[in-house]
Amino acid sequence: MLEIAALVIGLLLPLVLQDYLTVYATRVLILCLFALSFDLVWGYAGIMSFGQAVFFGSAGYGVALLARDLGITSILLVLPAGLLIGFAFALLLGGFLLLGRHPASVIFVALGTLTGSYACDRLARGWYYLGGQNGIPSIPPMTIGSYELTEGPAYYYMAIGFLIVVYLLCRFLMRSQFGLALAGLRENEQRIAFFGYKVQHLKAIIFSLSGAIAGLAGSLYAFHEGFVWPNMLGVVISTQVVLYVLFGGSGTLIGAVIGTVVIEAVSFWLSNSYQDIWPIILGVLLLLVILFRPAGLVSLLLTERERVGNFGRSPGKR
Amino acid sequence: MALLEAKGLVKIFGKLTALNGADLTIADNEFHGLIGPNGSGKSTLMKCIAGAETPTQGTVTFGGHDITQASPAERACAGMSLKFQITSVLPALTLYDNILLALQAQTSLLNLALSRTRGVLHDKVMAMLEKFRLVDRAHEPASALSHGQQQWLEIAMALAPEPKLLLLDEPTGGMSLEERRVTGELLQPIKAHCSLVIVEHDLDFIRDICDRLTVLDQGQILQTGSVQHVQSCPKVQEVYLRRA
Ligand SMILES: Nc1ncnc2c1ncn2[C@@H]1O[C@H](COP(=O)(O)OP(=O)(O)O)[C@@H](O)[C@H]1O
Ligand SMILES: [Mg+2]
Repeated sequence: MLEIAALVIGLLLPLVLQDYLTVYATRVLILCLFALSFDLVWGYAGIMSFGQAVFFGSAGYGVALLARDLGITSILLVLPAGLLIGFAFALLLGGFLLLGRHPASVIFVALGTLTGSYACDRLARGWYYLGGQNGIPSIPPMTIGSYELTEGPAYYYMAIGFLIVVYLLCRFLMRSQFGLALAGLRENEQRIAFFGYKVQHLKAIIFSLSGAIAGLAGSLYAFHEGFVWPNMLGVVISTQVVLYVLFGGSGTLIGAVIGTVVIEAVSFWLSNSYQDIWPIILGVLLLLVILFRPAGLVSLLLTERERVGNFGRSPGKR
Repeated sequence: MALLEAKGLVKIFGKLTALNGADLTIADNEFHGLIGPNGSGKSTLMKCIAGAETPTQGTVTFGGHDITQASPAERACAGMSLKFQITSVLPALTLYDNILLALQAQTSLLNLALSRTRGVLHDKVMAMLEKFRLVDRAHEPASALSHGQQQWLEIAMALAPEPKLLLLDEPTGGMSLEERRVTGELLQPIKAHCSLVIVEHDLDFIRDICDRLTVLDQGQILQTGSVQHVQSCPKVQEVYLRRA
């Protein structure tokens, strides 16, 4: 129900919004996609990635370079490229942090990914080829054939299209038996290893899948904004996506979307009305939700069972 | 050939020698009891067999293969299944999902993603829950169960994949007499296709279901043999009297 309501609102929004708001909303949709990527690893598989921006940003930079240096802007090339870059970086970082013989602790993974994010940010700032502090400005628009996709309703609908597809894919996967295996991973990684699960494979797969989604989001973001800059790789964005998901409700897909939309909407509104104190108000709001609603905003709307979902239940049985 | 053969197992934690050259041989379809005072190394021995701990010295062979260095997952695939002393059902998941999780461990990831084995496994899950008298609560989270029922759930999870060797570390801890009796009844029939190593304090329980018995004391095997033989052994009585 919640999902359908969100879908209808999402589809109708550009008809009522002014243009500059549609642009803002597009950005938010792309961030929703990004939030889903974090939700998969943390909410479903229990891997605390504080470096999601690495995959988001590296894909953003990657497609920006493709456009700048090779003149490649076709949607058929740049989006798969972004996806692949996110995937590859996640596989690399994940392989390094997750795949030791002994299970890595949540803190180790959190700090490792955070450090990765910080290091990438620094690297991009210092690397002349990547534009240093300024990043890569004025990326040409993404193209479909000869049509140029610029910000506005068209981009909005493309973004929501991708969001829907990815969302449904995640939903299918998380409710499958694979989702159940991930839940086992989250609940007690060692226990399920004793059942015979190849825990390392599960982790590598979900982490790189999440990286691929972040990469898709990053490349959409890069072309939407028309430029990329080191922050896209950094700690601030990495943390922001964590907040979206915790705020909305980790471990539910709709929670990630709601969290992103609410935080972005509130900060948009607050930053207009209360220029100076909005970060504080936002901070307090976040704190309140996390303290009193550890399961996030969605827990106000959905029951526990609906949130956890049913993985293995055979169709037709309750 | 024995199903399981542990030879000269030594496990040292820092300065403490938890196991000091323990041997254990389990034949096909044998029910083997493991007893001994607290801290004598029973759990450590189980863990070395299951792969939760790597022995400092010694070898473990299972079905003729040396598995001393094998990962827990590899041992599970070879047909070993276990319940540790500390119950570890997955509390947030339903009983149904707990069992399904145990059953589908050997399914390939692609088939998991497509939920291909869901239908096939459904009947098995329900049969298992039925057997352990948990079927009414199939869709409750495991955390809602009493301690005794959680132990049952865990035994059910361990048995679901039809292992060749089942390792149970104090499965009846916290169970009522009646629950204990039922546990014994539930374990009896698996003898047809499975061997069992069970750590248990209740000697009557052991006597009822086990063929052979091993007594551990301070990390060493004190005595091993048929239940009567071990019970009449003066060394064993001494250890148990000393404790009492
Ligand atoms: N992980 C560990 N680290 C240090 N000491 C341990 C560890 N596990 C067990 N021990 C010690 O090893 C000895 C044997 O323990 P255990 O095998 O649990 O005995 P039992 O199950 O027979 O009561 C005990 O003295 C215990 O304190
Ligand atoms: Mg013990």
